[in-house]
Amino acid sequence: MSDNGELLVFVEQREGVINPVSYELLGKGRELADKKRCVLAAVLLGNGVESHARELIFHGAERVYLFEHPMFNDCDLLNYKHNMVRLVRDVQPDVFLLGATYWGRSLGSRVAAALGTGITADCTGLDVDKHGNLVQIRPAFSGNVLAHIKTRTRPQMATVRYKVMPRAARDTNRKGEIIRKAAEIVPSWLSFVRNKKSADVNLADAEILVSGGSGLKKADDYSLLSKLADVLGAALGSSRPPVDNGWIGREHQVGFSGTTVNPKVYIACGISGSPQHLAGMRSSETIIAVNTDPSAPIFRIADYGIIGDLYEVIPKLINKIKENRYEHG
Amino acid sequence: MSRVRFDVERGKVDRSSADLEINPFDLNALEAAVRIKEELGGQVFVLSMGPRRTESALKDTLARGADRAFLLEDRKFAGADTLATSYTIASTIKQLGNFDLILCGEKTVDGDTGQVGPEVAEHLNIPHIACAYEVNVTHENATATCDIGMERCSFKAPLPVLITVTKDMNTPRLPTFRDRARARQMAVQVMGAAVLSEHADAARFGVQGSPTKVYKVIVPSDEGRKGRIFRQSSDEVVSEVAERICHLVSPNDRAGDIS
Repeated sequence: MSDNGELLVFVEQREGVINPVSYELLGKGRELADKKRCVLAAVLLGNGVESHARELIFHGAERVYLFEHPMFNDCDLLNYKHNMVRLVRDVQPDVFLLGATYWGRSLGSRVAAALGTGITADCTGLDVDKHGNLVQIRPAFSGNVLAHIKTRTRPQMATVRYKVMPRAARDTNRKGEIIRKAAEIVPSWLSFVRNKKSADVNLADAEILVSGGSGLKKADDYSLLSKLADVLGAALGSSRPPVDNGWIGREHQVGFSGTTVNPKVYIACGISGSPQHLAGMRSSETIIAVNTDPSAPIFRIADYGIIGDLYEVIPKLINKIKENRYEHG
Repeated sequence: MSRVRFDVERGKVDRSSADLEINPFDLNALEAAVRIKEELGGQVFVLSMGPRRTESALKDTLARGADRAFLLEDRKFAGADTLATSYTIASTIKQLGNFDLILCGEKTVDGDTGQVGPEVAEHLNIPHIACAYEVNVTHENATATCDIGMERCSFKAPLPVLITVTKDMNTPRLPTFRDRARARQMAVQVMGAAVLSEHADAARFGVQGSPTKVYKVIVPSDEGRKGRIFRQSSDEVVSEVAERICHLVSPNDRAGDIS
């Protein structure tokens, strides 16, 4: 088994909370490791995070490399990089995956450059070919095409987009080993201050999303969509045009250059469905679309579509939802 | 951008039919650099890698306030992935001298990897701050502000540092007629692989130095959901959709919910 190398997953935590993309990496990693017949390993840097290391085993890791030091409480980029590079040189994994998060992208790029190996950004699909090589699939050119990429150096590195891979199942019967590694601390050039943002928008984890697009006529019309969102307890999303018009903040943008979402219900109001937008929401469980143009691409992926004017449909919809709630509530 | 062809057999992107324009995020980086120069003094150098046609875009950066522009152009640089690109750029930066600050766009709109900036910083062994929308520079250090998930973070690093910038950083100025006339008198310096021999290993340039390879490009087929599309928006239709939404968003135990 071990001669097939390891598939290593970077587990991102901050102040003791694991980033959920890490469990998705373990889910996909388990599947790939079974196919490659290799060991699934995880690396966790933190401070007082041993209980998390056991969780990683329950989620499919056979081996967890654990680095503990107060410097690792936050993602101290240069110290993380330094220790990751040491680990990779030591265990020589065949594949090394990170989440395509803010830190994962920065860290992955630096580790790859330090090792002189290839890295593929923001993958939405991963597979193993018949020789055991990693197949990295990512949207290219605004999501219009999917590029399939292979890497000739080792480790084969990739960052993986949040919310596209299945989360690993938890099984407390799983066994694995926790390998403690000594941290080596280098000068940390960066210091930083954090502030909570006033407007909390968390599209990626929203269960219900109401999104507006170029069918909206002016900035104020978002208030109509807000009403629908309020009735449903939904988050407010947007395609690109309203964001570019400055009608709604960029943090609301769903799509290739915004956030990828997969809510239970996605309600697209006046969104025609550019490939860029569809790339970020097509995996939603149920898609409801309202648009005046019968040929709008959004209708091809919609479960329920109403060809009509959102200014007429949405107020009616709000009333009907309220009525329905009243009857059944 | 609009006219790009894929050479599926060679796994390459053929940009020869595409217009070459400056990546929009890079214009924000240039604008930030010029503003810092206006405040603190110094010189702004612009560096790009690409075919000879890139020269006119670089002329534009001179009109927008850059002092010097350099184009890395050589067949040996072609077909580079982010590792080879970042290596070539970092080698050139070493060759050109000591810089206090390196600014670049957070990503390109076509490749969209965001990897080149951090990789350049690693080759240069300096810190980097990614995706900043605000930057303050003194003669000793730089402070940059970024949004990370639900948080707003400010990083401070001593110079030299590399910072990648987002669109929200600033609004790039438009060059005046005079700026353009001035830029026409200035030259873009073209550099080939040979010039870098002192600081770089030529085997790490271009295709040869690129470990990743696109071997297949697929146009995703729209599987379609075969959903129900209503051709009009009568009360009945809206009622049905409303009912469906209520059903989908209500947990089954909702019966006991008094709201």
